[in-house]
Amino acid sequence: MATHDANLPLGRGMKAPAATRTRHLRKWGLPVETLVLGLTLLLWVVMALTTSTFLTTNNVVNILRQVSIDSIIAFGVLFPILIRGIDLSVGSVVALSGVVCATLLTAGVPIPLAIALTLVLGVAIGSLNAFSVYRLGIPAFIITLAGLQAFRGGAFLVSDGTSVFGLPKALSAFARAEWLGIPSLFWSMLVIGVVLHFILSRTRTGRYMIAMGSNHESARRAGINIKRIVFFAYIVSSVTACIAGMLLMARMSIGSPTAGVAYELNAIAAAVVGGASLFGGRGSVLGTFIGALLFATIANAANLLGIDSFWQMVATGVLIAAVVYVDNLHKCRQSGVK
Amino acid sequence: MSLLEVRDLKKRFGAVEVLCGVDLTLDAGEVLAVVGDNGAGKSTLIKHISGVYRRDSGDIALGGKAVAFDSPKEARRAGIETVYQDLALADELSVGANIFLGREPVRRWLGLLPVIDRGRILQETQRLIDSIESHIPDGASTVAGLSGGQRQAVAIARALYWDAKVVILDEPTAALAVMERENVIKLSRMLAAKGVGVIYIGHNLVEILEVADRIAVMYRGRIVHVARSEETTQEELIKYMTGYSERRESAA
Repeated sequence: MATHDANLPLGRGMKAPAATRTRHLRKWGLPVETLVLGLTLLLWVVMALTTSTFLTTNNVVNILRQVSIDSIIAFGVLFPILIRGIDLSVGSVVALSGVVCATLLTAGVPIPLAIALTLVLGVAIGSLNAFSVYRLGIPAFIITLAGLQAFRGGAFLVSDGTSVFGLPKALSAFARAEWLGIPSLFWSMLVIGVVLHFILSRTRTGRYMIAMGSNHESARRAGINIKRIVFFAYIVSSVTACIAGMLLMARMSIGSPTAGVAYELNAIAAAVVGGASLFGGRGSVLGTFIGALLFATIANAANLLGIDSFWQMVATGVLIAAVVYVDNLHKCRQSGVK
Repeated sequence: MSLLEVRDLKKRFGAVEVLCGVDLTLDAGEVLAVVGDNGAGKSTLIKHISGVYRRDSGDIALGGKAVAFDSPKEARRAGIETVYQDLALADELSVGANIFLGREPVRRWLGLLPVIDRGRILQETQRLIDSIESHIPDGASTVAGLSGGQRQAVAIARALYWDAKVVILDEPTAALAVMERENVIKLSRMLAAKGVGVIYIGHNLVEILEVADRIAVMYRGRIVHVARSEETTQEELIKYMTGYSERRESAA
Protein backbone atom coordinates (compact mmCIF):
# COMPACT_ATOMS: atom_id res chain seq x y z
CA MET A 1 0.00 0.00 0.00
CA ALA A 2 1.21 3.47 -0.76
CA THR A 3 2.36 5.32 2.30
CA HIS A 4 1.80 8.61 0.52
CA ASP A 5 -1.89 9.24 0.68
CA ALA A 6 -2.79 11.14 -2.46
CA ASN A 7 -5.52 13.03 -0.68
CA LEU A 8 -3.50 14.41 2.17
CA PRO A 9 -3.25 18.16 1.74
CA LEU A 10 0.41 18.06 2.69
CA GLY A 11 1.71 20.53 0.21
CA ARG A 12 -0.37 23.40 1.50
CA GLY A 13 1.64 26.55 1.74
CA MET A 14 4.70 25.07 0.06
CA LYS A 15 6.42 27.37 -2.36
CA ALA A 16 6.67 26.04 -5.88
CA PRO A 17 10.32 25.51 -6.80
CA ALA A 18 12.02 27.57 -9.46
CA ALA A 19 11.35 24.89 -12.05
CA THR A 20 7.63 25.68 -11.90
CA ARG A 21 8.31 29.23 -12.86
CA THR A 22 10.39 28.31 -15.89
CA ARG A 23 7.63 25.90 -16.82
CA HIS A 24 5.14 28.73 -16.76
CA LEU A 25 7.35 30.82 -18.95
CA ARG A 26 7.70 27.96 -21.37
CA LYS A 27 3.97 27.41 -21.34
CA TRP A 28 3.17 31.02 -22.08
CA GLY A 29 5.93 31.13 -24.64
CA LEU A 30 4.76 28.17 -26.71
CA PRO A 31 5.85 28.71 -30.30
CA VAL A 32 2.54 28.59 -32.16
CA GLU A 33 0.61 30.72 -29.75
CA THR A 34 3.32 33.34 -29.75
CA LEU A 35 3.52 33.29 -33.51
CA VAL A 36 -0.23 33.57 -33.93
CA LEU A 37 -0.47 36.27 -31.29
CA GLY A 38 2.32 38.18 -33.04
CA LEU A 39 0.54 37.85 -36.35
CA THR A 40 -2.70 39.11 -34.84
CA LEU A 41 -1.04 42.08 -33.19
CA LEU A 42 0.76 42.90 -36.43
CA LEU A 43 -2.55 42.86 -38.25
CA TRP A 44 -4.05 45.17 -35.63
CA VAL A 45 -1.16 47.62 -35.90
CA VAL A 46 -1.21 47.63 -39.72
CA MET A 47 -4.97 48.06 -39.80
CA ALA A 48 -4.86 50.81 -37.18
CA LEU A 49 -2.24 52.70 -39.17
CA THR A 50 -3.68 52.24 -42.64
CA THR A 51 -7.40 52.70 -42.02
CA SER A 52 -9.38 55.18 -40.03
CA THR A 53 -12.22 52.76 -39.46
CA PHE A 54 -10.42 49.87 -37.72
CA LEU A 55 -9.38 51.30 -34.38
CA THR A 56 -12.72 52.84 -33.53
CA THR A 57 -14.71 51.90 -30.46
CA ASN A 58 -17.49 50.60 -32.62
CA ASN A 59 -15.32 48.35 -34.69
CA VAL A 60 -13.29 46.99 -31.80
CA VAL A 61 -16.47 46.20 -29.88
CA ASN A 62 -17.73 44.50 -33.01
CA ILE A 63 -14.63 42.31 -33.21
CA LEU A 64 -14.90 41.47 -29.53
CA ARG A 65 -18.52 40.41 -30.01
CA GLN A 66 -17.65 38.24 -32.96
CA VAL A 67 -14.64 36.64 -31.34
CA SER A 68 -16.67 35.91 -28.22
CA ILE A 69 -19.11 33.52 -29.86
CA ASP A 70 -16.42 31.92 -32.04
CA SER A 71 -14.18 31.40 -29.01
CA ILE A 72 -16.87 29.84 -26.84
CA ILE A 73 -17.53 27.23 -29.53
CA ALA A 74 -13.81 26.69 -30.08
CA PHE A 75 -13.14 26.25 -26.34
CA GLY A 76 -15.75 23.52 -26.30
CA VAL A 77 -14.42 21.76 -29.38
CA LEU A 78 -10.93 21.82 -27.86
CA PHE A 79 -12.03 19.30 -25.23
CA PRO A 80 -12.86 16.37 -27.53
CA ILE A 81 -9.78 17.27 -29.59
CA LEU A 82 -7.61 16.97 -26.48
CA ILE A 83 -8.71 13.37 -25.95
CA ARG A 84 -8.02 12.60 -29.59
CA GLY A 85 -11.65 12.91 -30.58
CA ILE A 86 -13.48 15.57 -32.54
CA ASP A 87 -16.88 17.23 -32.50
CA LEU A 88 -18.21 18.25 -35.90
CA SER A 89 -21.77 18.73 -34.66
CA VAL A 90 -21.28 22.01 -32.78
CA GLY A 91 -22.31 24.28 -35.67
CA SER A 92 -25.62 22.48 -35.96
CA VAL A 93 -26.00 22.42 -32.18
CA VAL A 94 -25.62 26.22 -32.25
CA ALA A 95 -28.60 26.41 -34.61
CA LEU A 96 -30.67 23.80 -32.81
CA SER A 97 -30.15 25.35 -29.38
CA GLY A 98 -30.97 28.84 -30.69
CA VAL A 99 -34.15 27.62 -32.33
CA VAL A 100 -35.21 25.49 -29.37
CA CYS A 101 -34.58 28.27 -26.88
CA ALA A 102 -36.39 30.81 -29.10
CA THR A 103 -39.37 28.49 -29.52
CA LEU A 104 -39.61 27.96 -25.78
CA LEU A 105 -39.41 31.70 -25.18
CA THR A 106 -42.07 32.58 -27.73
CA ALA A 107 -44.27 29.91 -26.15
CA GLY A 108 -44.11 31.94 -22.95
CA VAL A 109 -41.57 29.89 -21.01
CA PRO A 110 -39.70 32.14 -18.55
CA ILE A 111 -36.17 33.06 -19.63
CA PRO A 112 -34.25 31.17 -16.89
CA LEU A 113 -36.25 28.01 -17.51
CA ALA A 114 -35.79 28.23 -21.29
CA ILE A 115 -32.03 28.63 -20.81
CA ALA A 116 -31.92 25.73 -18.36
CA LEU A 117 -33.87 23.47 -20.70
CA THR A 118 -31.59 24.34 -23.61
CA LEU A 119 -28.56 23.51 -21.49
CA VAL A 120 -30.14 20.17 -20.64
CA LEU A 121 -30.44 19.60 -24.38
CA GLY A 122 -26.69 20.29 -24.61
CA VAL A 123 -25.94 17.73 -21.90
CA ALA A 124 -28.14 15.21 -23.71
CA ILE A 125 -26.43 15.74 -27.07
CA GLY A 126 -22.98 15.53 -25.50
CA SER A 127 -23.95 12.35 -23.66
CA LEU A 128 -25.28 10.86 -26.87
CA ASN A 129 -21.99 11.62 -28.65
CA ALA A 130 -19.94 10.22 -25.79
CA PHE A 131 -22.11 7.12 -25.55
CA SER A 132 -21.73 6.48 -29.27
CA VAL A 133 -17.97 6.89 -29.09
CA TYR A 134 -17.32 5.10 -25.83
CA ARG A 135 -19.95 2.39 -25.75
CA LEU A 136 -20.89 1.78 -29.38
CA GLY A 137 -17.37 2.32 -30.65
CA ILE A 138 -18.41 4.63 -33.48
CA PRO A 139 -15.51 6.89 -34.53
CA ALA A 140 -16.04 10.42 -33.19
CA PHE A 141 -15.59 11.86 -36.68
CA ILE A 142 -18.46 9.76 -38.02
CA ILE A 143 -20.92 10.12 -35.17
CA THR A 144 -20.51 13.88 -34.93
CA LEU A 145 -20.70 14.17 -38.73
CA ALA A 146 -24.02 12.38 -38.41
CA GLY A 147 -24.91 14.88 -35.68
CA LEU A 148 -23.96 17.77 -37.97
CA GLN A 149 -26.66 16.59 -40.38
CA ALA A 150 -29.24 15.42 -37.87
CA PHE A 151 -29.18 18.42 -35.54
CA ARG A 152 -29.36 20.85 -38.46
CA GLY A 153 -32.38 18.91 -39.66
CA GLY A 154 -33.78 19.08 -36.15
CA ALA A 155 -33.33 22.84 -36.11
CA PHE A 156 -35.37 23.15 -39.33
CA LEU A 157 -38.04 20.80 -37.98
CA VAL A 158 -38.44 22.66 -34.69
CA SER A 159 -38.66 26.03 -36.42
CA ASP A 160 -40.74 24.80 -39.33
CA GLY A 161 -37.99 25.91 -41.68
CA THR A 162 -38.10 29.59 -40.81
CA SER A 163 -36.61 31.87 -38.20
CA VAL A 164 -38.31 32.20 -34.83
CA PHE A 165 -39.17 35.83 -34.07
CA GLY A 166 -40.57 37.69 -31.12
CA LEU A 167 -37.97 37.13 -28.41
CA PRO A 168 -38.16 38.97 -25.07
CA LYS A 169 -36.50 42.41 -25.22
CA ALA A 170 -34.34 41.55 -22.24
CA LEU A 171 -32.28 39.17 -24.36
CA SER A 172 -31.26 41.55 -27.09
CA ALA A 173 -30.65 44.14 -24.41
CA PHE A 174 -28.24 41.69 -22.78
CA ALA A 175 -26.46 40.99 -26.05
CA ARG A 176 -26.00 44.72 -26.66
CA ALA A 177 -25.00 45.54 -23.09
CA GLU A 178 -21.51 46.65 -22.16
CA TRP A 179 -19.84 46.64 -18.77
CA LEU A 180 -16.73 48.73 -18.31
CA GLY A 181 -16.83 49.35 -22.05
CA ILE A 182 -16.58 45.64 -22.82
CA PRO A 183 -19.50 43.82 -24.44
CA SER A 184 -21.44 41.36 -22.31
CA LEU A 185 -20.75 38.63 -24.85
CA PHE A 186 -17.04 39.09 -24.27
CA TRP A 187 -17.53 38.85 -20.51
CA SER A 188 -19.48 35.64 -21.04
CA MET A 189 -16.63 34.26 -23.11
CA LEU A 190 -14.12 35.29 -20.44
CA VAL A 191 -16.04 33.53 -17.69
CA ILE A 192 -16.38 30.33 -19.73
CA GLY A 193 -12.76 30.52 -20.82
CA VAL A 194 -11.43 31.00 -17.28
CA VAL A 195 -13.53 28.12 -15.97
CA LEU A 196 -12.41 25.77 -18.75
CA HIS A 197 -8.78 26.86 -18.44
CA PHE A 198 -8.97 26.19 -14.72
CA ILE A 199 -10.36 22.71 -15.28
CA LEU A 200 -7.75 21.94 -17.89
CA SER A 201 -4.70 23.15 -16.05
CA ARG A 202 -5.53 22.61 -12.40
CA THR A 203 -7.84 19.65 -11.95
CA ARG A 204 -7.40 15.93 -12.29
CA THR A 205 -10.09 15.82 -14.94
CA GLY A 206 -8.08 18.18 -17.13
CA ARG A 207 -4.86 16.31 -16.60
CA TYR A 208 -6.55 12.99 -17.37
CA MET A 209 -7.83 14.39 -20.66
CA ILE A 210 -4.30 15.28 -21.67
CA ALA A 211 -3.04 11.89 -20.48
CA MET A 212 -5.75 10.15 -22.46
CA GLY A 213 -5.10 12.09 -25.63
CA SER A 214 -1.39 11.63 -25.21
CA ASN A 215 -1.40 7.89 -24.53
CA HIS A 216 -4.74 6.20 -24.17
CA GLU A 217 -3.24 2.95 -22.93
CA SER A 218 -1.15 4.60 -20.25
CA ALA A 219 -4.19 6.49 -19.01
CA ARG A 220 -6.16 3.27 -18.79
CA ARG A 221 -3.37 1.48 -16.98
CA ALA A 222 -3.02 4.35 -14.54
CA GLY A 223 -6.55 3.49 -13.49
CA ILE A 224 -8.15 6.60 -14.98
CA ASN A 225 -11.89 6.40 -15.47
CA ILE A 226 -11.88 6.75 -19.26
CA LYS A 227 -15.64 6.70 -19.55
CA ARG A 228 -16.00 9.68 -17.26
CA ILE A 229 -13.43 11.66 -19.23
CA VAL A 230 -15.04 10.89 -22.60
CA PHE A 231 -18.46 11.96 -21.36
CA PHE A 232 -17.02 15.07 -19.80
CA ALA A 233 -15.25 16.15 -22.99
CA TYR A 234 -18.25 15.72 -25.29
CA ILE A 235 -20.70 17.26 -22.82
CA VAL A 236 -18.46 20.33 -22.48
CA SER A 237 -18.39 20.61 -26.25
CA SER A 238 -22.17 20.42 -26.68
CA VAL A 239 -23.02 22.60 -23.72
CA THR A 240 -20.67 25.38 -24.79
CA ALA A 241 -22.16 25.13 -28.29
CA CYS A 242 -25.61 25.56 -26.72
CA ILE A 243 -24.44 28.60 -24.77
CA ALA A 244 -22.97 30.05 -27.96
CA GLY A 245 -26.22 29.25 -29.77
CA MET A 246 -28.26 31.16 -27.21
CA LEU A 247 -25.87 34.12 -27.23
CA LEU A 248 -26.04 34.24 -31.02
CA MET A 249 -29.82 34.04 -30.81
CA ALA A 250 -29.83 36.94 -28.37
CA ARG A 251 -27.49 38.94 -30.55
CA MET A 252 -29.57 38.45 -33.70
CA SER A 253 -32.89 38.59 -31.82
CA ILE A 254 -34.07 35.54 -33.74
CA GLY A 255 -33.72 31.81 -33.50
CA SER A 256 -32.40 30.87 -36.92
CA PRO A 257 -32.12 27.30 -38.20
CA THR A 258 -29.39 28.43 -40.61
CA ALA A 259 -27.22 29.88 -37.85
CA GLY A 260 -23.77 28.50 -37.25
CA VAL A 261 -23.15 26.87 -40.61
CA ALA A 262 -19.49 25.75 -40.79
CA TYR A 263 -18.82 27.10 -37.30
CA GLU A 264 -17.43 23.71 -36.32
CA LEU A 265 -14.67 24.10 -38.89
CA ASN A 266 -13.82 27.62 -37.72
CA ALA A 267 -13.72 26.36 -34.17
CA ILE A 268 -11.42 23.46 -35.02
CA ALA A 269 -9.23 25.81 -37.04
CA ALA A 270 -8.98 28.23 -34.11
CA ALA A 271 -7.99 25.42 -31.75
CA VAL A 272 -5.40 24.03 -34.16
CA VAL A 273 -3.89 27.39 -35.04
CA GLY A 274 -3.80 28.02 -31.30
CA GLY A 275 -1.54 25.03 -30.75
CA ALA A 276 -3.92 22.09 -30.38
CA SER A 277 -2.96 18.78 -31.95
CA LEU A 278 -5.64 16.78 -33.73
CA PHE A 279 -3.81 13.71 -32.43
CA GLY A 280 -4.75 14.67 -28.92
CA GLY A 281 -2.90 15.61 -25.77
CA ARG A 282 -1.97 19.14 -26.77
CA GLY A 283 -3.89 22.40 -26.77
CA SER A 284 -4.90 25.26 -24.53
CA VAL A 285 -7.83 27.56 -23.92
CA LEU A 286 -5.66 30.66 -24.24
CA GLY A 287 -4.15 29.46 -27.51
CA THR A 288 -7.60 28.71 -28.85
CA PHE A 289 -8.72 32.22 -27.98
CA ILE A 290 -5.72 33.68 -29.80
CA GLY A 291 -6.54 31.53 -32.82
CA ALA A 292 -10.14 32.70 -32.81
CA LEU A 293 -9.01 36.31 -32.42
CA LEU A 294 -6.76 36.02 -35.46
CA PHE A 295 -9.59 34.72 -37.63
CA ALA A 296 -12.04 37.34 -36.35
CA THR A 297 -9.47 40.05 -37.07
CA ILE A 298 -8.86 38.80 -40.59
CA ALA A 299 -12.59 38.69 -41.32
CA ASN A 300 -13.06 42.18 -39.95
CA ALA A 301 -10.05 43.62 -41.76
CA ALA A 302 -11.10 42.05 -45.03
CA ASN A 303 -14.53 43.61 -44.63
CA LEU A 304 -13.15 47.05 -43.91
CA LEU A 305 -10.70 46.90 -46.80
CA GLY A 306 -13.41 45.65 -49.10
CA ILE A 307 -11.46 42.51 -49.91
CA ASP A 308 -13.47 39.88 -51.68
CA SER A 309 -14.76 37.36 -49.12
CA PHE A 310 -13.61 34.58 -51.45
CA TRP A 311 -10.04 35.77 -51.09
CA GLN A 312 -10.56 35.93 -47.38
CA MET A 313 -11.44 32.23 -47.37
CA VAL A 314 -8.35 31.41 -49.41
CA ALA A 315 -6.18 33.44 -47.04
CA THR A 316 -7.63 31.69 -44.00
CA GLY A 317 -6.92 28.30 -45.52
CA VAL A 318 -3.35 29.19 -46.41
CA LEU A 319 -2.85 30.54 -42.92
CA ILE A 320 -4.01 27.32 -41.24
CA ALA A 321 -1.64 25.27 -43.37
CA ALA A 322 1.27 27.65 -42.79
CA VAL A 323 0.87 27.89 -39.02
CA VAL A 324 0.65 24.13 -38.55
CA TYR A 325 3.64 23.64 -40.83
CA VAL A 326 5.77 26.10 -38.90
CA ASP A 327 4.71 24.47 -35.65
CA ASN A 328 5.76 21.07 -36.97
CA LEU A 329 9.12 22.43 -38.09
CA HIS A 330 9.71 23.79 -34.63
CA LYS A 331 8.81 20.53 -32.96
CA CYS A 332 11.13 18.56 -35.23
CA ARG A 333 13.97 20.83 -34.30
CA GLN A 334 13.10 20.53 -30.63
CA SER A 335 13.04 16.76 -30.45
CA GLY A 336 15.71 16.26 -33.07
CA VAL A 337 13.79 13.36 -34.60
CA LYS A 338 10.45 12.52 -36.23
CA MET B 1 6.73 -17.21 3.32
CA SER B 2 7.15 -15.92 -0.18
CA LEU B 3 6.12 -12.41 -1.11
CA LEU B 4 4.25 -13.60 -4.17
CA GLU B 5 3.11 -17.09 -4.88
CA VAL B 6 1.47 -18.32 -8.06
CA ARG B 7 0.05 -21.81 -8.01
CA ASP B 8 -1.24 -23.89 -10.93
CA LEU B 9 -2.29 -20.85 -12.95
CA LYS B 10 -4.24 -21.72 -16.09
CA LYS B 11 -5.52 -19.58 -18.91
CA ARG B 12 -7.03 -20.42 -22.22
CA PHE B 13 -7.80 -18.04 -25.11
CA GLY B 14 -10.40 -19.88 -27.14
CA ALA B 15 -8.86 -23.17 -28.21
CA VAL B 16 -5.34 -22.19 -27.23
CA GLU B 17 -4.11 -23.00 -23.75
CA VAL B 18 -1.65 -20.19 -23.08
CA LEU B 19 -0.84 -21.04 -19.49
CA CYS B 20 -1.11 -24.67 -18.50
CA GLY B 21 -0.44 -24.70 -14.79
CA VAL B 22 2.24 -22.16 -13.87
CA ASP B 23 3.91 -22.27 -10.45
CA LEU B 24 6.07 -19.39 -9.36
CA THR B 25 7.36 -17.89 -6.13
CA LEU B 26 8.96 -14.51 -5.61
CA ASP B 27 10.71 -13.34 -2.46
CA ALA B 28 11.05 -9.81 -1.20
CA GLY B 29 14.36 -8.26 -2.23
CA GLU B 30 15.10 -10.56 -5.12
CA VAL B 31 15.14 -10.12 -8.84
CA LEU B 32 13.46 -13.05 -10.52
CA ALA B 33 13.95 -13.16 -14.26
CA VAL B 34 11.40 -14.89 -16.42
CA VAL B 35 12.76 -15.91 -19.80
CA GLY B 36 11.32 -17.82 -22.69
CA ASP B 37 10.77 -17.72 -26.40
CA ASN B 38 8.08 -15.55 -27.99
CA GLY B 39 4.71 -17.08 -27.22
CA ALA B 40 5.97 -19.04 -24.24
CA GLY B 41 3.43 -17.22 -22.08
CA LYS B 42 5.61 -14.65 -20.25
CA SER B 43 3.39 -11.70 -21.07
CA THR B 44 0.21 -13.60 -20.28
CA LEU B 45 1.66 -14.66 -16.95
CA ILE B 46 2.59 -11.14 -15.86
CA LYS B 47 -0.74 -9.76 -17.06
CA HIS B 48 -2.43 -12.10 -14.61
CA ILE B 49 -0.24 -10.89 -11.80
CA SER B 50 -0.81 -7.24 -12.71
CA GLY B 51 -4.58 -7.57 -12.96
CA VAL B 52 -5.00 -7.16 -16.74
CA TYR B 53 -6.29 -10.71 -17.31
CA ARG B 54 -8.47 -12.89 -15.15
CA ARG B 55 -7.33 -16.46 -14.68
CA ASP B 56 -9.38 -19.51 -15.55
CA SER B 57 -8.08 -21.42 -12.53
CA GLY B 58 -5.23 -21.43 -10.04
CA ASP B 59 -4.21 -19.19 -7.14
CA ILE B 60 -2.20 -16.05 -6.66
CA ALA B 61 -1.20 -15.05 -3.16
CA LEU B 62 0.47 -11.78 -2.16
CA GLY B 63 2.11 -11.79 1.25
CA GLY B 64 0.34 -15.03 2.06
CA LYS B 65 -3.10 -13.69 1.24
CA ALA B 66 -5.05 -14.94 -1.78
CA VAL B 67 -5.78 -12.16 -4.25
CA ALA B 68 -7.93 -11.83 -7.36
CA PHE B 69 -7.60 -8.50 -9.15
CA ASP B 70 -10.34 -7.22 -11.40
CA SER B 71 -8.23 -4.41 -12.83
CA PRO B 72 -4.68 -3.12 -12.98
CA LYS B 73 -5.81 -0.42 -10.59
CA GLU B 74 -6.61 -2.98 -7.91
CA ALA B 75 -3.28 -4.69 -8.42
CA ARG B 76 -1.52 -1.36 -8.09
CA ARG B 77 -3.40 -0.59 -4.93
CA ALA B 78 -2.25 -3.92 -3.50
CA GLY B 79 1.34 -2.96 -4.33
CA ILE B 80 2.00 -4.57 -7.68
CA GLU B 81 3.44 -2.10 -10.18
CA THR B 82 4.09 -2.96 -13.79
CA VAL B 83 6.53 -1.18 -16.06
CA TYR B 84 5.36 -2.12 -19.51
CA GLN B 85 7.36 -2.80 -22.61
CA ASP B 86 5.84 0.21 -24.35
CA LEU B 87 6.50 2.29 -21.23
CA ALA B 88 2.97 3.57 -20.87
CA LEU B 89 3.99 7.15 -20.26
CA ALA B 90 1.93 10.08 -21.48
CA ASP B 91 4.25 12.06 -23.76
CA GLU B 92 2.59 15.42 -23.34
CA LEU B 93 2.67 15.32 -19.56
CA SER B 94 5.65 16.18 -17.41
CA VAL B 95 7.83 13.67 -15.61
CA GLY B 96 6.10 14.51 -12.36
CA ALA B 97 2.62 14.29 -13.85
CA ASN B 98 3.45 10.83 -15.16
CA ILE B 99 4.79 9.60 -11.85
CA PHE B 100 1.64 10.79 -10.13
CA LEU B 101 -0.79 9.94 -12.93
CA GLY B 102 -4.01 8.60 -11.48
CA ARG B 103 -2.89 9.37 -7.91
CA GLU B 104 -2.38 13.11 -7.90
CA PRO B 105 -2.27 14.78 -4.54
CA VAL B 106 -5.00 17.39 -4.38
CA ARG B 107 -5.50 20.45 -2.28
CA ARG B 108 -8.54 22.65 -1.89
CA TRP B 109 -8.32 25.83 -3.88
CA LEU B 110 -9.79 28.67 -1.80
CA GLY B 111 -10.81 25.90 0.57
CA LEU B 112 -13.32 24.70 -1.99
CA LEU B 113 -12.33 23.30 -5.34
CA PRO B 114 -10.06 20.27 -5.48
CA VAL B 115 -7.03 21.14 -7.58
CA ILE B 116 -3.85 19.23 -8.29
CA ASP B 117 -1.10 20.11 -5.85
CA ARG B 118 1.51 20.91 -8.47
CA GLY B 119 4.05 22.28 -6.04
CA ARG B 120 4.09 19.09 -4.05
CA ILE B 121 4.28 16.90 -7.15
CA LEU B 122 7.26 18.86 -8.40
CA GLN B 123 9.05 18.76 -5.11
CA GLU B 124 8.57 15.04 -4.56
CA THR B 125 9.51 14.30 -8.15
CA GLN B 126 12.73 16.26 -7.82
CA ARG B 127 13.65 14.35 -4.68
CA LEU B 128 12.89 11.08 -6.38
CA ILE B 129 14.95 11.94 -9.45
CA ASP B 130 17.89 12.89 -7.29
CA SER B 131 17.66 9.63 -5.38
CA ILE B 132 17.87 7.43 -8.47
CA GLU B 133 20.66 9.41 -10.17
CA SER B 134 19.21 8.89 -13.61
CA HIS B 135 20.04 12.12 -15.39
CA ILE B 136 16.44 13.17 -15.90
CA PRO B 137 16.66 16.92 -16.56
CA ASP B 138 13.88 18.05 -14.23
CA GLY B 139 10.49 17.00 -12.99
CA ALA B 140 8.66 19.64 -14.99
CA SER B 141 10.01 18.72 -18.42
CA THR B 142 7.65 16.75 -20.62
CA VAL B 143 8.33 13.10 -21.26
CA ALA B 144 8.26 13.67 -25.04
CA GLY B 145 11.81 15.02 -24.95
CA LEU B 146 13.34 12.16 -22.95
CA SER B 147 15.46 9.28 -24.21
CA GLY B 148 14.34 5.66 -23.90
CA GLY B 149 16.50 5.11 -20.87
CA GLN B 150 15.26 8.22 -19.15
CA ARG B 151 11.69 7.13 -19.78
CA GLN B 152 12.43 3.74 -18.32
CA ALA B 153 13.89 5.49 -15.29
CA VAL B 154 10.71 7.56 -14.94
CA ALA B 155 8.60 4.42 -15.08
CA ILE B 156 10.78 2.69 -12.48
CA ALA B 157 10.83 5.80 -10.34
CA ARG B 158 7.06 5.69 -10.35
CA ALA B 159 7.13 2.17 -8.92
CA LEU B 160 9.75 3.23 -6.40
CA TYR B 161 7.79 6.22 -5.20
CA TRP B 162 4.58 4.35 -4.65
CA ASP B 163 6.28 1.80 -2.41
CA ALA B 164 5.43 -1.16 -4.57
CA LYS B 165 5.93 -4.61 -3.06
CA VAL B 166 6.24 -6.26 -6.43
CA VAL B 167 7.55 -4.55 -9.56
CA ILE B 168 7.18 -6.23 -12.91
CA LEU B 169 9.60 -5.03 -15.58
CA ASP B 170 8.46 -6.19 -19.00
CA GLU B 171 11.47 -6.21 -21.35
CA PRO B 172 12.77 -2.98 -19.85
CA THR B 173 15.87 -2.81 -22.03
CA ALA B 174 14.32 -3.91 -25.33
CA ALA B 175 14.76 -0.54 -27.04
CA LEU B 176 17.72 0.87 -25.18
CA ALA B 177 21.30 1.74 -25.96
CA VAL B 178 24.01 -0.20 -24.15
CA MET B 179 24.77 2.55 -21.64
CA GLU B 180 21.13 2.87 -20.81
CA ARG B 181 20.80 -0.86 -20.23
CA GLU B 182 23.36 -0.63 -17.49
CA ASN B 183 21.31 2.05 -15.83
CA VAL B 184 18.14 -0.04 -15.93
CA ILE B 185 19.99 -2.98 -14.42
CA LYS B 186 21.28 -0.68 -11.71
CA LEU B 187 17.74 0.58 -11.05
CA SER B 188 16.41 -2.98 -10.87
CA ARG B 189 19.01 -3.90 -8.28
CA MET B 190 18.20 -0.70 -6.42
CA LEU B 191 14.54 -1.76 -6.24
CA ALA B 192 15.51 -5.18 -4.92
CA ALA B 193 17.86 -3.62 -2.37
CA LYS B 194 14.89 -1.69 -1.03
CA GLY B 195 13.09 -4.97 -0.42
CA VAL B 196 10.94 -4.97 -3.52
CA GLY B 197 10.31 -8.25 -5.29
CA VAL B 198 11.23 -7.68 -8.94
CA ILE B 199 10.01 -9.79 -11.83
CA TYR B 200 12.22 -9.12 -14.82
CA ILE B 201 11.04 -10.27 -18.21
CA GLY B 202 13.73 -10.39 -20.83
CA HIS B 203 15.37 -11.92 -23.87
CA ASN B 204 19.00 -11.05 -23.49
CA LEU B 205 20.54 -13.84 -21.43
CA VAL B 206 23.81 -12.02 -20.72
CA GLU B 207 21.82 -9.22 -19.16
CA ILE B 208 19.49 -11.63 -17.35
CA LEU B 209 22.42 -13.47 -15.77
CA GLU B 210 23.79 -10.13 -14.62
CA VAL B 211 20.62 -8.70 -13.11
CA ALA B 212 18.74 -11.70 -11.70
CA ASP B 213 19.07 -13.66 -8.48
CA ARG B 214 16.98 -16.49 -9.87
CA ILE B 215 15.85 -17.33 -13.37
CA ALA B 216 12.65 -19.09 -14.37
CA VAL B 217 12.40 -20.50 -17.89
CA MET B 218 9.02 -20.70 -19.59
CA TYR B 219 8.24 -23.03 -22.43
CA ARG B 220 4.81 -23.45 -23.96
CA GLY B 221 2.79 -22.14 -21.05
CA ARG B 222 4.79 -23.83 -18.28
CA ILE B 223 7.75 -22.99 -16.11
CA VAL B 224 10.11 -25.79 -17.03
CA HIS B 225 13.18 -24.75 -15.09
CA VAL B 226 14.17 -22.50 -12.20
CA ALA B 227 17.80 -21.89 -11.31
CA ARG B 228 19.93 -19.50 -9.28
CA SER B 229 21.82 -17.36 -11.72
CA GLU B 230 25.23 -18.23 -10.32
CA GLU B 231 24.45 -21.91 -10.77
CA THR B 232 23.36 -21.80 -14.39
CA THR B 233 24.74 -20.91 -17.78
CA GLN B 234 23.45 -19.45 -21.02
CA GLU B 235 23.66 -22.85 -22.66
CA GLU B 236 21.53 -24.48 -20.02
CA LEU B 237 18.90 -21.73 -20.21
CA ILE B 238 18.74 -21.95 -23.99
CA LYS B 239 18.24 -25.67 -23.76
CA TYR B 240 15.18 -25.18 -21.62
CA MET B 241 13.92 -22.20 -23.63
CA THR B 242 13.94 -24.15 -26.85
CA GLY B 243 12.31 -27.20 -25.28
CA TYR B 244 15.36 -29.30 -26.07
CA SER B 245 15.50 -30.80 -22.60
CA GLU B 246 11.79 -31.52 -22.61
CA ARG B 247 11.94 -33.36 -25.90
CA ARG B 248 14.82 -35.42 -24.63
CA GLU B 249 12.90 -36.35 -21.51
CA SER B 250 9.83 -37.43 -23.42
CA ALA B 251 12.01 -39.46 -25.76
CA ALA B 252 13.68 -41.20 -22.88
